[in-house]
Amino acid sequence: MNWITNSVLPKIQALVGREMPDNLWHKCPACGQMIFHRDLEQNLKVCPECDHHMRMGPIERLAILFDDGQYQTIEIAKTALDPLKFRDRKRYTDRLREAQAKTGRQDAIVVAHGTIGGSPAVVAVFDFAFMGGSMGSAVGEGLVRAAKLAETQNAALIAFPSSGGARMQEGILSLMQMPRSVAAVDKVKDKGLPYIVVLTDPTTGGVTASFAMLGDIHLAEPGAIIGFAGQRVIQETIREQLPDGFQKAEYLREHGMVDAVVPRRDLKQTLGRILGLLMAPGPIAKIVALPQPELVIAPRNDPGTTPADVTETDGASPSG
Amino acid sequence: MNTFLDFEKPIAELEGKIKELRHLSDDGELNIVDEVTRLQSKAERLLKQTYSKLTPWQKTLVARHPDRPHFCDYIEALVEDFSPLAGDRAFGEDLAIVGGLGRFRGYSAVIIGHEKGADTEGRVRHNFGMARPEGYRKAVRLMDLAERFCLPVITLVDTPGAYPGIGAEERGQSEAIARAIQKCTDLRVPLISVVVGEGGSGGAIALAAANHVSMLENSVYSVISPEGCASILWRSPDKAQDAADALKLTAQDLHKLAIVDSIIPEPLGGAHRAPEGVIESVGDEIERALRALIGVPGGELRARRREKFMAIGQTGLS
Ligand SMILES: [Zn+2]
Repeated sequence: MNWITNSVLPKIQALVGREMPDNLWHKCPACGQMIFHRDLEQNLKVCPECDHHMRMGPIERLAILFDDGQYQTIEIAKTALDPLKFRDRKRYTDRLREAQAKTGRQDAIVVAHGTIGGSPAVVAVFDFAFMGGSMGSAVGEGLVRAAKLAETQNAALIAFPSSGGARMQEGILSLMQMPRSVAAVDKVKDKGLPYIVVLTDPTTGGVTASFAMLGDIHLAEPGAIIGFAGQRVIQETIREQLPDGFQKAEYLREHGMVDAVVPRRDLKQTLGRILGLLMAPGPIAKIVALPQPELVIAPRNDPGTTPADVTETDGASPSG
Repeated sequence: MNTFLDFEKPIAELEGKIKELRHLSDDGELNIVDEVTRLQSKAERLLKQTYSKLTPWQKTLVARHPDRPHFCDYIEALVEDFSPLAGDRAFGEDLAIVGGLGRFRGYSAVIIGHEKGADTEGRVRHNFGMARPEGYRKAVRLMDLAERFCLPVITLVDTPGAYPGIGAEERGQSEAIARAIQKCTDLRVPLISVVVGEGGSGGAIALAAANHVSMLENSVYSVISPEGCASILWRSPDKAQDAADALKLTAQDLHKLAIVDSIIPEPLGGAHRAPEGVIESVGDEIERALRALIGVPGGELRARRREKFMAIGQTGLS
């Protein structure tokens, strides 16, 4: 764990710094064990007693992910603020301001790039502390930017969702971030670049039901809650006891939705290995896929019995 | 027999009175005929008044009206040779989403939609239009079929949302919805969607990431139901009316937000009062949209669709 102690810890300490006295104790929410703050940080926010993976902020995560802890974050363009003028018991703009003050961030996503195990990677990390990591236009914008950056840098795209789902206060615009994020990651995949999702606690709702379930590879952190519907909603609908471990990472792996459950201490290494295998294939010739033929539903000159004529032309010489 | 919504009570009373009087007027009494005519115009005035200023919550109720035309009604009126195709080829058949091949105004097409069911038995069979993973996977399979044979895809959206259940989660509800959205944005044939009733969240967008999206005048489309939103943000499901206002879920609001391309008008008093006309209007709008997309190369259809959705929420909107 040398690299962590030497290069990452100082970085984290510099970031959270003064406000975190070393003599602070944390209580593990899973086993109740009291853990010395510094021990918990050194153990990547994993309980040394029961291995419970606690939630982690985006900056802490980025610091332990990239080679030598080196990365650059990118600016995410500002999106329309409160497009619906939404107000529940509070104004959405007030909720946003509070979340911004609390996290020091514009919205619930951070995008960074660097190398992981020597392979170029763009990483998009959610911040659950920012309105439950909910996905609105700004988060969608972050994902689009991350995807575009991966395309231009010929880098892998890695997403770390941690989100309760869509941001209700943006109404339909938050729902539209689902196809938006899907189209964005698809363009990365079309370019032959790896798209990897690391599911962290919790990933639910519209986030799971869009870009987060479309990775070439799905990794998950131990114990992370991953699902579509909330457990309370399910219980109210079916009025049955939920099975043990329901919607946990291990349960999803058992049901075929996740490739591997990876402990946090092994994550960087695992990602580096997978990226290497996908992006540096070794002394084999690149296999070139055939171009897809262009499809055109062409109108007929004579609008007789069959109005549409189906033609398939070669992708190399598009016509019609 | 009409089913009346709560806010239609005064109209229901008038129409009840008219019916009673008509019964009497079989005897041919003239003043009764006059009274009927008077009440009829009064009822119509009231209907017009009520429906010209429906609140978003009232529109939600109209969109969910049990007598509103459903997917099967549209198929019956608009599609010849409809050949339903069942199953996701992996686990099962889910009738919350119905789909198949058919001929729409001369065009061979793949037609897919949510079906809520028309009576108690039907509602149970179709699970109230709340699909499980198999429904979305069947939709993807049918879209694959459309692409293979170069046929346009038409989807009709009418769902409270995806079904929240243990089995649905076990079999990957999220993944199934995500794949359906992906298939929609990825298609290299025209995809045209109409929200005909309730456009409930992920279950709706799974079929509606289309080249052309229309909504019926009194339909709604939203990221969460007003009740769900109220219980989360207001901590009280009684605030559904406030949530419906805040969510901007009406066709008119969504058209202003440029999320839907067109609004299809409904007759006075909602689609359920004159289904035949509404169904034809929906058919006309689909045909118009389809004609505009015929001849566009598949790669461009895909690129346009992706660009359209990738731009939603960018700076400058609203
Ligand atoms: Zn513990």
